Amino acid sequence: MIEAAFVTFLVGLLGATLRVATPLLFATIGELYTERSGVLNLGIEGIMFLGAFVGFAIAAKSAEAELAGYLWLGLGGAIVVGLIMGLLMAFFSVTLGVNQHVAGLGITLLSTGLALFGFRMIFGQSSVLPSIEPFAQLSIFGDLPILGPIFEQYLLTYVAFIVLLPLAWWLLYRTNYGLELRSVGENPEAADAAGVNVFRVRYITLALGAALMAIGGAFLSLAQLGAFSPGIIAGRGWVCIALVIFAKWDPIRAMWGALLFGGVFALQLRLQLLDLVDIPFEFFLALPYLVTIAALALAGRNVAYPGAYLKAYRRE
Amino acid sequence: MDRPNAIEMRHIYKRFGSLVASDHVNFMLCQGEIHALLGENGAGKTTLMRILYGLYHADSGEIVVNGQAAEIKSPKDAIAVGIGMVTQHFALVPPLTVTENIILGYTDGFQINLNEAHRRVAEASEKFGIPVEPKALVKDLSVGQRQRVEILKALYRNANVLIMDEPTAVLVPQEVEQLFESLERLRRQGLSVIFISHKLNEVMTITDRVTVLRLGENAGTVETQSTSPPELARMMVGRETFGVTKTAGKPSQGKIVLELAQVAALDNKGLPALKNITLQVRAGEILGLAGVSGNGQTELAQVLDGTRLVTAGQIKVLNHDITNVGPEKVMAAGVGRIPEDRHESVVAELSVAQNMALEHLDEFTRQGVLNKKTLLEHAKKLIAEYQIKASPGDKIRTLSGGNMQKVILARVLERNPQVIIVAQPTRGLDVGATEYVRGKLLEQRRKGAAILLISEDLDEILELADTIAVIYEGEIMDILPAAAAETERLGLLMSGVKADKVGA
Repeated sequence: MIEAAFVTFLVGLLGATLRVATPLLFATIGELYTERSGVLNLGIEGIMFLGAFVGFAIAAKSAEAELAGYLWLGLGGAIVVGLIMGLLMAFFSVTLGVNQHVAGLGITLLSTGLALFGFRMIFGQSSVLPSIEPFAQLSIFGDLPILGPIFEQYLLTYVAFIVLLPLAWWLLYRTNYGLELRSVGENPEAADAAGVNVFRVRYITLALGAALMAIGGAFLSLAQLGAFSPGIIAGRGWVCIALVIFAKWDPIRAMWGALLFGGVFALQLRLQLLDLVDIPFEFFLALPYLVTIAALALAGRNVAYPGAYLKAYRRE
Repeated sequence: MDRPNAIEMRHIYKRFGSLVASDHVNFMLCQGEIHALLGENGAGKTTLMRILYGLYHADSGEIVVNGQAAEIKSPKDAIAVGIGMVTQHFALVPPLTVTENIILGYTDGFQINLNEAHRRVAEASEKFGIPVEPKALVKDLSVGQRQRVEILKALYRNANVLIMDEPTAVLVPQEVEQLFESLERLRRQGLSVIFISHKLNEVMTITDRVTVLRLGENAGTVETQSTSPPELARMMVGRETFGVTKTAGKPSQGKIVLELAQVAALDNKGLPALKNITLQVRAGEILGLAGVSGNGQTELAQVLDGTRLVTAGQIKVLNHDITNVGPEKVMAAGVGRIPEDRHESVVAELSVAQNMALEHLDEFTRQGVLNKKTLLEHAKKLIAEYQIKASPGDKIRTLSGGNMQKVILARVLERNPQVIIVAQPTRGLDVGATEYVRGKLLEQRRKGAAILLISEDLDEILELADTIAVIYEGEIMDILPAAAAETERLGLLMSGVKADKVGA
């Protein structure tokens, strides 16, 4: 009997791990691409937050208007707002060439403020959090014995691991755009001299990257929670910044990083519920972040940052 | 030359602020010729070529390529009309492979077929006779190999005009020879080459014609066969040069002042940068340290001025042990340093006067407060003595390279150091300033200083040094009197061939 309970526990844990890792994977790939072009986008936390809010707001209002694909409208809205914030970041860091730390933190402050303001404007101050009927989980292999629950996932989780990840790898290493992207982030002078439009590559990448961050945020409000709250992102954006370094700017390693964080997160939830020992639950809450720091400390030494990291490109 | 022109640049005018970098310059390049663009630093050679390659935009003037007016707004446009450029600092992306670097910006279709790309690069390598390894990572290649990748990159884009910006500056003599052979062969295949240089002997060897630029103006175009190095030098500087000459070639008999015994040190990555370095420099002697950039020269200079820790061995100045005692005590022991990067040894935002006092601030303070009057007088005295074109209050970043170097020289030499560690003292300086700096070093030698001259410019070492040591991968390959040092032998040593195999 104990064995059976353990298997159930493990299967549940794995399923939850994939769920928790999904938004991280979207946003980490977004940040990874952005950084590969030579730009650090610290706007990630705010863009995820804004993506979560815009996605939820549009979905909620569309649902009120009884539009059938309200969740997809929300997701589309999140993508659009992500693209806009990415272009804004590109304007600051690529066109104006301002300090990327300041520009990114500015984007986070702006996005956070906009989302909170919009939330108050649209939903007022009610004591009950507004909610929607979120994306349903697919159960493709639902009747599979024992392992079934692992495959009970949202469509977006399947998209993240089966579509986005291979696509991100292929795009980076096997396409013209990927080659230009890698060279622009390593040595923009060389890319420029080879006839690559450095500014265009960075603009496109920053916009795409931020759209992925926004999708990551929207996953939380549209799929996992079906609601929006001020604490919805809870530092996941900052975790993604660490995961990119952990990943050494490689999409496949980024997946392992996202799974590691997701795994610890899912585990601590279960440890809290088990009520096994007399440890305050705050410790469990902090656990994934501590593990992130530890993993980064172990894997993040002597990493080769992109050559043009944090540098704006100017033709002398 | 009766062949048609590949490139015609007419009345090219370009200003940077108040500086006219290119003053209505005309430049004609024939098809199938190697054409030198000669001039001092700041004469406008690179500016002109950056305009041709679309990296700068001329304020006025026109460019004609193969008889047709061309609008070159970016490198992409230049590539499209068959112009390629190999810059001084290679425009390569080190973590990428040779193939990826070559096809970058020049691919068809969205997806890259790597196998096909490797094959095409290998094919081009074969066709043009430029050997490269398609799958190698550029970061693992030597400087000479990287240059070949650059050349192949241009040829792969069907360049029929190749601009080479000081291509020999980073090469050892043997690599230079290889390069010249390749260029000669490519020229026979119909390639036109613009060869930017300020080295007269190379220009005489490899080119068909020479265009000299001086202060942003065209000072004339001549056939190489009908000119001579002195004539070219005259055209470059607009006057007769008076090269510095060192007196007496016989080795110094002075006492040993600077002594390194089996010194070892690590580089910034924690890898061995210096191995078992043993050197002695006598009073009144210039020891020239020759070597290709990145073979431990920087680390050696840092070890000697006290900014890098020695992991083994001993450094002595007149029998005082100065191993790992820190920069302050090293200076107190009589060591003066003129570092490789002059911008690193001055504080850009401080004035000339303040920079001149920087290494000995305690002498310009009273109870910890700077004495402005002493500071000013000290600066005025040095400015007059060293003919520095600046006033004491000028921020040092506004000075030209030559004047900045003079400030550093003044700061060091006024103390009559017993040991002078000087690295790349004339890099980036024009002929006048170079002469001045070299003259000052020789003057110190006459006064009995022991000078360690670290330079990547072999001509400079041959001109100044009494004794020459060659460093390769952190090891001293050989030490020989300057009189016995032939360029070829030094070249072999610099590329790591052991002394006993070089033959005497």
